[in-house]
Amino acid sequence: MPQTMVQKILAKAAGKPSVEVGEVLEPNVDLAMSHENAALVINQFAEIYNGLGKPAKVWNPNKIAIIFDHRVPAESKKTATNQKKIRTFVAEQGISKFHDIRGDEGGICHQILPESGYVMPSYVVVGTDSHTTTHGAIGAFSFGIGATEMASVWALGQALNIEVPPTIKVIINGTLPKYVLPKDIILHLIGKISAEGANFKVLEFHGEAIRNMSTSGRLTICNMSVEAGATSGIVPPDEETVRYLREEAGYKGEIDMMQADPDAVYDQIVEINASELTPQIACPHTVDNVKPIAEVEGIKIDQIVIGSCTNGRLDDLQIASEILKGKKVARDTRMLVFPASSRIYQEALDKGYINDLVKAGAVVMNPGCGPCLGVHQGALGDGEKALATTNRNFKGRMGNPVSDVYLASPAVAAASALTGVITDPRKGVN
Amino acid sequence: MPKVIYKIEDDISTDIIYPGRYMATVLPSETPQFAFDDIKDLNKMLNDEKPDDQRIIVAGKNFGCGSSREQAASTLKGHELIIVARNFSRIFLQNSINLGLRTIICPDIEADTGDELIIEGDKLKNITKNKEFEVLPLPKARQAIVDAGGLIPYTQNILKQRQ
Ligand code: SF4
Repeated sequence: MPQTMVQKILAKAAGKPSVEVGEVLEPNVDLAMSHENAALVINQFAEIYNGLGKPAKVWNPNKIAIIFDHRVPAESKKTATNQKKIRTFVAEQGISKFHDIRGDEGGICHQILPESGYVMPSYVVVGTDSHTTTHGAIGAFSFGIGATEMASVWALGQALNIEVPPTIKVIINGTLPKYVLPKDIILHLIGKISAEGANFKVLEFHGEAIRNMSTSGRLTICNMSVEAGATSGIVPPDEETVRYLREEAGYKGEIDMMQADPDAVYDQIVEINASELTPQIACPHTVDNVKPIAEVEGIKIDQIVIGSCTNGRLDDLQIASEILKGKKVARDTRMLVFPASSRIYQEALDKGYINDLVKAGAVVMNPGCGPCLGVHQGALGDGEKALATTNRNFKGRMGNPVSDVYLASPAVAAASALTGVITDPRKGVN
Repeated sequence: MPKVIYKIEDDISTDIIYPGRYMATVLPSETPQFAFDDIKDLNKMLNDEKPDDQRIIVAGKNFGCGSSREQAASTLKGHELIIVARNFSRIFLQNSINLGLRTIICPDIEADTGDELIIEGDKLKNITKNKEFEVLPLPKARQAIVDAGGLIPYTQNILKQRQ
């Protein structure tokens, strides 16, 4: 039977020659990721073993990753105490893929996993974070689960009762124009199919624009697949995947180049022509409220935010520094930059991007989730507007229910930082 | 009789159900106080009033979209609410089932605050409006977890079998 990417991965993980959409499986898990919410997972894990009369021991400490990113350094004693509890658990259980708050190897979980070579094509990856969809960029089936479900995975090494999802094939042909970026593709797609357009389904990405895209861009696209409701996004692995894993993740082992069958059956096919795209903006308060930039140009912005697991990578900082170098952030706007990982921060320092950004007036913050989820730094004042390269603009997301968040690419964010209003980077900024 | 205490719009995100600023609170028993904290009247009603009738929130489509934070399910479970929605976002629905929060998928629901509803099998009856609507079954893989009383007992059963 012809199979989609996800059917093939799940068949392999469940030890079957092939699987049908809707079939219920208990696939083996290759990697199980959590961040600070491991504190809740630990609690639920202990619940499972309470009364069983067995010591609580994770199934495989080398297949669990825990990364501190959401509130680093801790913003409260509660968070700090949770983090402390997690450190103790990590040591007791011998969990090897642990990234603490450090300037050399810290960062956002969805950046740490790929750059450390923890995710490989054909893996089944689960994470207690909805943006776990990100790792489909490496060719894995990677999806978000809750803390209790993770506790169950820690105990069993399997994900329970997984229904094989149907797949939407997204074909993106053409070439992106200058200053139109992968972020614009995914925003456009979400606007087109809606915030629930892929609920319970997988988005499998094909086409020349994807083939010509760096892994960084693919990570952006798979990251935001969940904003269309998708269980996962996935890009079939190719030469670029191998390049990334060898050169950037330093992986030397074998790579399974598993591909979808050419005659696989898809739930739906969506086509996008990248050549025709313009910069896209997701307007408040839903991610699918997407408009071409021409419709929102000129809106006054109080805070520009560049960073996150969506757009906090080296190429994102590069494009921002290219636009801002030698210029100044508008006086009545503030600009916050938070690199996605310590490694990216260091590379951006070495290449001079951080220098350019700071001299222009940006505040460069430590790697981590920063203002993205509105608990830590960079909260908005009443009635303020932010333009961010993050992935969510829900009411209250940036810490204040009476504020607005617009989502855009790093090129739009940098151009808008110079003017203080939503600005099309293609028009040039003087 | 179960009563609709609040009607809420489409695309209610987990940021609305359980704001990110309370995410450091993880223990399920400590989360209910923060349910819908940015919708002040609803939060107050949930925390202050303890009626005998079961309380229902009626929502539109895509309820629970956004983050995977399980507090969004535990905070509602703590008030023993029933959530009736046109449909739910995947991770939220799974978290609810895993924790035993009652989620009813009713694509055509028509109900207003104050209406009394009866939910029986695959039918939802709005007594106040004298209308009946179809209830969709849960994703089939998930029913087994509901039947076991949640994911923790379900996983315990598997571990026992493996002993
Ligand atoms: S950067 Fe934002 S979206 Fe990404 S993991 Fe952190 S909080 Fe979530």
